[in-house]
Amino acid sequence: MISKNIQLDEQGRLKHFLSIEGFKRQHLISILDAAEPFANVHEQAVKKVPLLRGKTIVNLFFEASTRTRTTFELAAKRLSADVLNININTSATSKGESLLDMLHNLEAMHCDMFIVRHNQSGAAHLIAQHVSPHISVINAGDGCHSHPSQAMLDMFTIRRHKKEFANLIVIIVGDILHSRVARSQIHALNTLGVSEVRVVAPKTLIPTQIETLGVHVYHDMQSALIGADVIIMLRLQKERMQGALLPSEDEYYHQYGLTEQKLAYAKPDAIVMHPGPINRGVEIASSIADGPQSVILEQVTNGIAIRMAVMSQTLGRSLNIKPPKQITAIAEESH
Amino acid sequence: MKTDPHSTPANSDTLLELEPLLAIMHQAIEQKLHTISTQGCSKDDVIMIGIHTGGFWIAEKLYEKLALSTPLGSLNISFYRDDFTKIGLHPEVKPSQLPVALDDKHIILVDDVLFTGRTVRAALNEIFDYGRPASVTLAVLFDRGGRELPIYAEIVGQTLTLETAQQIKLCGPSPLKIVKTDC
Repeated sequence: MISKNIQLDEQGRLKHFLSIEGFKRQHLISILDAAEPFANVHEQAVKKVPLLRGKTIVNLFFEASTRTRTTFELAAKRLSADVLNININTSATSKGESLLDMLHNLEAMHCDMFIVRHNQSGAAHLIAQHVSPHISVINAGDGCHSHPSQAMLDMFTIRRHKKEFANLIVIIVGDILHSRVARSQIHALNTLGVSEVRVVAPKTLIPTQIETLGVHVYHDMQSALIGADVIIMLRLQKERMQGALLPSEDEYYHQYGLTEQKLAYAKPDAIVMHPGPINRGVEIASSIADGPQSVILEQVTNGIAIRMAVMSQTLGRSLNIKPPKQITAIAEESH
Repeated sequence: MKTDPHSTPANSDTLLELEPLLAIMHQAIEQKLHTISTQGCSKDDVIMIGIHTGGFWIAEKLYEKLALSTPLGSLNISFYRDDFTKIGLHPEVKPSQLPVALDDKHIILVDDVLFTGRTVRAALNEIFDYGRPASVTLAVLFDRGGRELPIYAEIVGQTLTLETAQQIKLCGPSPLKIVKTDC
């Protein structure tokens, strides 16, 4: 039996963007391709295109965020949409209103899209299952589960530097256990067909059975770095850590912090990425973060283009009219 | 108005070949450039922009014939279409390339077929998001009538009268070929 992927509509077009799982290679490529022209919009004197004029987009952030929230907001504004930022701490949910009641109230205000960040895994899925058919939901990070737009902006950045995914060795270093970014990146990298994904961390920060996602596990950073084309550093998510997972930050930096000495083991043209916020001297040396191989700030810029692409694809669906052939060709049910 | 046999659009139901049409357009653009130069503007102030994709192919051909000093621009109007909510985002949108600031420039906007005028409306909106040009002159290979908006092409290769169900389009880029079909 084919289970229905709620991220696609009946005609196989992108409706919600909740996780990388469930998408085929051609779906991800179509998002990357769609983002290319949006990356040029900032060159215009008027940094806006009128695609989503008249649409209302709601940023629902139940968890702190600077980069993701502001780039989603900028992306929406550059598409000429109207944006509402709901501050959850001062909203009626703190007066006891349920999440779904709040959503139904926002629907009653004729909003078109919810961008959701929540500390509970599956929150965006839950919301997507309960909204009216015309509303799209984008997951901006749910618990330790998924952060698909971050993974896609990372893929976009990698493609811009490396052109093809096929022969790449990508290593992801750090707090894999708590990282929704790492999970989404692993799914995206494998779906796009990179040569190898390596995850590197102390045993306490690697989830059990991570190998089933198609990665090789390393505990020694030096051997993992050999031959690497792309190095993705992750932040230690101390806010999610329960119990003593690390002896000390100094010890962690000594073993897993990216320094010039360690970087020398990777390919000379390797790029260094980080989803941010970075902690200098904990997972990455300042000289690397600000160095020539770092593409960390490019990732931020590319985040706007990717988010514009995802918003346009999800809201650019007419409910009654069949899509052009090119779109139906890539739209298939996921298994 | 002066009538020059080479710059007068051809009026016929028989399709002309591409080269003679380009020659007609080239002649008319040279005349336009002359007019602009008499207003005290230099060639640096003129920018040719082709609308993606057919218009850009025509613009490339014309650009070869003209000695313009500014680079050729290309415009993709997908983000400015008025039917986005009906047909969604085009799956293969190429970025617009406008390498020169458009403020105070005289723009020659090139497209292959002028029909309803909606593409040109979108193109004008996009151009104005890049700056405030001194003027925009529309140059098209074919004007097939059927306008739904008050849009006018000053430079026309050939004027055609087609049934609504008939289509004329440019296939390319090499070789460029004019194709007329009945839908």
